[in-house]
Amino acid sequence: MPYQFTVSPDFSPDHLSGWFFFNTWLQKQTGQAIHLETYDSFQAQLEAIQRNEVDLIYANPFDAAMLVREKGFLPLVRANGVADEAIIAVSAESSVDKVTNLMPGITIAVTEDPAVLMMGMIMLESADLSADNIQTAIHNSYVLVAKNLLQGNADVGIFLAEAYDDLANITKNKLKILVRSQISVIHHSLMIGPSLADKRDDIQNLLVAMALGEKGNSVLKSLGFASWIKVEDEEMEFMIDVMDTLAI
Amino acid sequence: MIHDMKPEDMIGDYKETRLALYRSITRLILYTDIETPYPDGKLIVSTTDKEGIITHVNKAFVEISGYTEDELLDSPHSILRHPDMPSAAFKDLWDTVNKGIPWQGYVKNLRKDGGYYWVKATVIPNIRQGKVVSYTSVRRKPSRTKVEECIKLYPTLF
Repeated sequence: MPYQFTVSPDFSPDHLSGWFFFNTWLQKQTGQAIHLETYDSFQAQLEAIQRNEVDLIYANPFDAAMLVREKGFLPLVRANGVADEAIIAVSAESSVDKVTNLMPGITIAVTEDPAVLMMGMIMLESADLSADNIQTAIHNSYVLVAKNLLQGNADVGIFLAEAYDDLANITKNKLKILVRSQISVIHHSLMIGPSLADKRDDIQNLLVAMALGEKGNSVLKSLGFASWIKVEDEEMEFMIDVMDTLAI
Repeated sequence: MIHDMKPEDMIGDYKETRLALYRSITRLILYTDIETPYPDGKLIVSTTDKEGIITHVNKAFVEISGYTEDELLDSPHSILRHPDMPSAAFKDLWDTVNKGIPWQGYVKNLRKDGGYYWVKATVIPNIRQGKVVSYTSVRRKPSRTKVEECIKLYPTLF
């Protein structure tokens, strides 16, 4: 049976082929059979994790606590210079120009990404907004979040900052950023499950050195970042602690 | 270590008082009426040991408190204690986290220059191998409505 690798469903569609290249590279480097399985939703991925079908995962920060504390996963690496940040945006034509101008009863366009939703909702708290006094419309992509803002179907959009920055300029020109988070310590991480735990150090070393080889470097480019950096256990625990405080 | 506040660090007209902190330590507090707005989108993060001594701060903490990182590290978290904050709030905080339960509340913090800033603070115990080893405090921008409620409530708690 090959080991199973999966990627948090919020990955950019532009990077799908990059993850397959990465999986091929990893199999060659480790000599292990690894199958990349992608899931359409966080729920489907969660169910696979609960059935112990996942051995390696590029995990959304929201899932890190569950993976570490309930499933015995350990951190390997994270993308160098990449943190999960959220943006609150409105249509450029909106009269609202700061979060505290937003009123209860508004409709907020979001995706399923739980970490981005949490960071976004925290930034809306200062306007006395919460799940109790807003409508939430969930969309399959950030492009659709933007589209719904522009069509007037939603008053506010919550975006992963990276996804917002990747929107076409013609779209961004019709939007207005109210606030961009600067949290810095919340990030996706590549994590290893108990079935591969004995190979953790070897895989971690391979990944940290990945950018040094021509092939590895090219695969990293297709993923959209320059290198992996090691995540220590305590760094992961710290991120989980911060996430815990935000979830309250 | 915690030191008395210094007149040369003050910006604007200031008042003086002496606060009893912990273990019979008192501190000369100099404070002004100048509020620094909480920066949008940022989280202030710090970690303390079990005695409340700061062991980690992030950049946002340094920026808004007015202290340098070196001044904050190894200082008690009460370096931020504002005289308008009732001691009952901090007793509740410590009583709660000492039971291993997260605490949340609205806090008026004191800056090095005597000014202040309001935060919504969440403090959680950091549990490693089943034991509380430290505490993490994360502060976010508070709702102005909640701050106004606290401005009315806190003076009644002295």
